[in-house]
Amino acid sequence: MPSHAETYPPDAPPPRLELRGITKRFPGCLANDHVDLVLQPGEIHALLGENGAGKSTLVKMIYGVLHPDAGTMLWQGAETVVPDPAGARRLGIGMVFQHFSLFDTLTVTENIALGLDNAGPMDQLAGRIREVSERYGLALDPGRHVFHLSVGERQRVEIVRCLLQDPKLLIMDEPTSVLTPQEAAKLFETLRVLAAEGCTILYISHKLEEIRALCSRATVLRAGKVVGAADPRQETARSLAEMMMGAELSTPERPPQGVAGVARLTVRHLSTTSDNPFATNLKDVNFEVRGGEILGIAGVAGNGQAELMAALSGEVLLADADAVVIEGTSAGHLGPRARRTLGLAFVPEERLGRGAVPELSLSENALLSGYAREPLVRGGMVHFARARAYAETIIRGFNVVAHGHRAEARSLSGGNLQKFIIGREILQKPKLLVVGQPTWGVDAGAAAAIHKALIDLARSGAAVLVISQDLDELFVLSDRISVLFHGRLSDSRPTHETTVERIGLLMGGLFGTPPDEDGEITRAV
Amino acid sequence: MSFIRLEPRGQASKTMVYVTPLLAVALTLLSGFILFLAMGFDPLKALYSFFVAPVTSVRGIGELVVKATPLVLCAVGLAIGFRANVWNIGAEGQLTLGAITGGGLALAFYGEGGWWLLPMMVIGGAVGGAVWAAVPAFLRLRFNASEILTSLMLNYVALLLLNYLVHGPFRDPDGFAFPESRLFEAEATLPILWAGTRVHFGALLALLAVAGGWLLIARTFIGFQIKVIGLTPAAAGYAGFDQKRIVWLTLLLSGALAGIAGMGEVAGPIGQITASISPGYGYTAIIVAFLGRLHPVGILLAALLMALSFIGGEAAQIAMGLPKAITGVFQGMLLFFLLASDVLIRYRVRFGARRAAA
Repeated sequence: MPSHAETYPPDAPPPRLELRGITKRFPGCLANDHVDLVLQPGEIHALLGENGAGKSTLVKMIYGVLHPDAGTMLWQGAETVVPDPAGARRLGIGMVFQHFSLFDTLTVTENIALGLDNAGPMDQLAGRIREVSERYGLALDPGRHVFHLSVGERQRVEIVRCLLQDPKLLIMDEPTSVLTPQEAAKLFETLRVLAAEGCTILYISHKLEEIRALCSRATVLRAGKVVGAADPRQETARSLAEMMMGAELSTPERPPQGVAGVARLTVRHLSTTSDNPFATNLKDVNFEVRGGEILGIAGVAGNGQAELMAALSGEVLLADADAVVIEGTSAGHLGPRARRTLGLAFVPEERLGRGAVPELSLSENALLSGYAREPLVRGGMVHFARARAYAETIIRGFNVVAHGHRAEARSLSGGNLQKFIIGREILQKPKLLVVGQPTWGVDAGAAAAIHKALIDLARSGAAVLVISQDLDELFVLSDRISVLFHGRLSDSRPTHETTVERIGLLMGGLFGTPPDEDGEITRAV
Repeated sequence: MSFIRLEPRGQASKTMVYVTPLLAVALTLLSGFILFLAMGFDPLKALYSFFVAPVTSVRGIGELVVKATPLVLCAVGLAIGFRANVWNIGAEGQLTLGAITGGGLALAFYGEGGWWLLPMMVIGGAVGGAVWAAVPAFLRLRFNASEILTSLMLNYVALLLLNYLVHGPFRDPDGFAFPESRLFEAEATLPILWAGTRVHFGALLALLAVAGGWLLIARTFIGFQIKVIGLTPAAAGYAGFDQKRIVWLTLLLSGALAGIAGMGEVAGPIGQITASISPGYGYTAIIVAFLGRLHPVGILLAALLMALSFIGGEAAQIAMGLPKAITGVFQGMLLFFLLASDVLIRYRVRFGARRAAA
């Protein structure tokens, strides 16, 4: 990539931030290799790259969380070393992380005060929060407790926290991955207002359509190096994806569904109660998934997905045995192992730490769920040779990039680990597969492979249930789509008869049913 | 910015897993050297009489094995539990109960013993230890009570129970009111394996426990479940492993092994039930388990080392007039240095200030 440093005229104002030859090495990997990046005042700049391309490392160095091994950083034309995040905030750099750092039991104001270096008196701060949130259209009540807030509102808390410090550069890491389309559109308005006021925004996202709509420039990273720059408005999502991957992208095709088979999973009047005050209880959830079809369940995180997954997998047993029926057998009282024997396979949302044990090798992770339907255990003894062979079969069949079956699960990239887990479940020839967030944080190439595998499984006669926040994904995969909101599930609609906007409204709670007691029905509109 | 920094390693160092126990031993010796010097003893002579002199005779080596036997039995059981995050601190109490039940059988059948008595005592000791360990297992699963506290507190209960028994029902009727039982008959005494020493049949049981423990951990599906539960409980739940079953299994197993160890003490070197059966084997076994990296073979080596600290402490008391606390000091230092140097498995030490970005 030609450096923009030399291309601007000498009398123009210096760029807001310029990185020259930034290099960062971790034990065993070169995370950033002589990265150059120029951010101008008032631009919305996309940082693109697959998982492990080095985006997070780069922004963490800008924000002072990490320190470069080599290279120079120029802030408004002056050479700068950012010692720590507090130093970054003093310069005028703000960052909204993908994972929020909020305390559920504190109010919005208290949370923001905790993150400020000079918070001042609480009532004054509340006034400033109200002022800033109104100016940028970020509706927020400073006195509310965070556990009452939706994910979108929580993100607003993080953004307002940054805005209170008058940032000149705002870094946003995957901000829309948890938002409904309507919430995302609202966020974009705010970001455009900010940019028009001269604030620079560095925007990291996997959602290429979003980047095309929002950003005026994009820098593409691959394996730690800058491999290209583009004006996203002139590109297609496909060309951007191919730039990131350095290879052609094959999108899976969903052949029309044949005759729907028998109901392999039937959920009737499923309600849950939990001791955890922050859990979302399921309320009278009903649906069925038939052989040969993929049912998608959309919804913003925290609306009962975790509870639904646990109720289906058997990790939480149900009071009513008939609430979950797998292959004609009432399974509500059965644990995960017994449900697997009935034909269930399961891919949890958390890959590392639930779907796989980080410290164990791939062959041991193949055994983790593979024991239920593959002959890997005999007479109480583990058949290690077969576990190794099974792991190798998964690695080959699903193109998992890893150093063989001995590699520890945590050494794999997110996409490769997910291919391994999905492969492990699919190769057990399940009659019913339940998948949570199949491609969350997975790069485009791996996502396409995972989508193809799921479609192939369904077309071979299995029933597939996909629970995801990613609407684009659900529209690619699903034959029918339902929406989970506040623990209630909407009726399903055939995918070709509905639209992203329609589902987006349901995700914001606009069911045809009477409004919920929380009165948040208007949030998404 | 400090001049010594810890830098995370990309991957846990396999070498360090084996090096740090040796490093801990070396640091313990070094500290012992300084300690003896400060106390005004000749440090080399003190260390020699502590660590070398005891094993210069056949009898000494035999004593080493005698002391290592209960340590291995207890530590193998504890290590299996520790791997599953089941923190049984109650091996001392379980050992005591095993001595009471196993030894109680010897007293109950006094004068009518036969070949069947010893096997029955082994089983009786195992059952006694397991029953004692079942209490914390039940409390944890039923009331979510920490087994660390409950198993620890039961140690004191067991000791009081033993005291009551040797002062009452178990007291030798011809023993002039001394708080001791009768001496066990030959049918109730474990056979000596090595003439001229006190090495008894329990040592074979300890070796069996090492082999069985290794088999369980490394080869069985139960061992795999224990590993997964210990590393990532959520993944174990996902896979459908029954965590309650593993809590029961590990506590009962470690209780049974500790119970056998206790039975082995009263039917072996002690030969009767007295008020003091164990000089803290159950507690030392915790150090042994960690020093041995929770691996049965490592435990075998660590137990020999800790056994040396017991007899070395006694020898140093006699030879140099060192205080009795010296044994505890050395054991404590060893565990302390081991835990401290374990940081090297995941981190490497870097000297010099961090280079600022130029």
